[in-house]
Amino acid sequence: MSNIPNLLPTNSLLDRRQVVATLLRDTAETPGGELLVVTGLGSTTYDAGAAGDRPLNFYLWGAMGGALMIGLGLAIARPERRVLVITGDGEMLMGMGALATVAAARRPNLSIAVLDNGQFGETGHQSSHTSLGADLAAMARACGWAQGEIVTDMPGVEALRLRLRNEVLFATVRISPDEVPRFLPPRDGANLTTRFRAALGVPPS
Amino acid sequence: MTALPWQDGVYAALKKAGVRQVGYVPDAGHSRLIEQAHADPEVTAVVLTTEEEGIAMAAGCHLGGSRAVLLMQSSGVGNCINMLSLPIHCRMPLLTLVTMRGEWGEFNPWQVPMGSATGPVLSAAGVHIRRAERADEVVDMVAASAQLAFDSAIPVAVLLSQRMIGAKVWVK
Repeated sequence: MSNIPNLLPTNSLLDRRQVVATLLRDTAETPGGELLVVTGLGSTTYDAGAAGDRPLNFYLWGAMGGALMIGLGLAIARPERRVLVITGDGEMLMGMGALATVAAARRPNLSIAVLDNGQFGETGHQSSHTSLGADLAAMARACGWAQGEIVTDMPGVEALRLRLRNEVLFATVRISPDEVPRFLPPRDGANLTTRFRAALGVPPS
Repeated sequence: MTALPWQDGVYAALKKAGVRQVGYVPDAGHSRLIEQAHADPEVTAVVLTTEEEGIAMAAGCHLGGSRAVLLMQSSGVGNCINMLSLPIHCRMPLLTLVTMRGEWGEFNPWQVPMGSATGPVLSAAGVHIRRAERADEVVDMVAASAQLAFDSAIPVAVLLSQRMIGAKVWVK
């Protein structure tokens, strides 16, 4: 596989844990109340847990390709709150139609950050499409997102923190493909669902 | 397309059950429901690129404390299988109305394999199935299925038979 060219910019050395910890700093500092967070199957779930487990993080441990659409259903259900989806390039690629669906749905309270290491890191670091020529931010714009941007440095990530909570934004964050220590947040889906709804004040059924 | 008499009743049943999000991949048999959802200020209708998006959207809707329905055709069921692990594992409701193809007066043979597999595949994935054969049973069946899905937090599919909907006319 080493003969496959890697087209990722080589200046992407951002540490994924530092990126997510920055994006999730001071989640109370969000219009409408505590930020609602959905993370995608794989490393972004671990990153968000490592940044500090909270009931308003909904971690996907499966359902690959579903993160952005879960965010949409949540954003429609709670228009007064802000929803942030954090996922990886592989998870986004699997649910790419959602870029068009979410753009067409025109919700003002939903943004997404895609941590892009150009690899399927969980499964042996096979190159993903984003290191083989696909540009997710450009795809988002082509699908109708008003803003689809690529961020490659920590000042940019720092600026994203509040932009993702105040604007409608698709952001690719180029991160280093280096492995980080494993962190495993809770994975029982029924419990994650119950605690999320309780934290939002949804009455138990 | 002319509305069939039961279609308005189905929409009313969905509203009464508290459905406020409608995700759909278009099908002629759902066209009346889709029109009504788009015209209803209390409901958000979302056109999907593929059916599994609607499974995920319904999950997010539940997390937010609201209720969704997914409208699709039997050919879309196959697209949903892995995503069904989301509502099943997370003990979330899912209500989907599936218009059947490939079973009654079907002209297009490409619809037959998935049409034949729809029920078994949904059952294998853990979805409860109801099947409406007659117009006089469909409204009650949708109402009862919505209650089952939302009150018991389980996935329920209502299959709307091709005989009831009417086979697509290819040569007019």
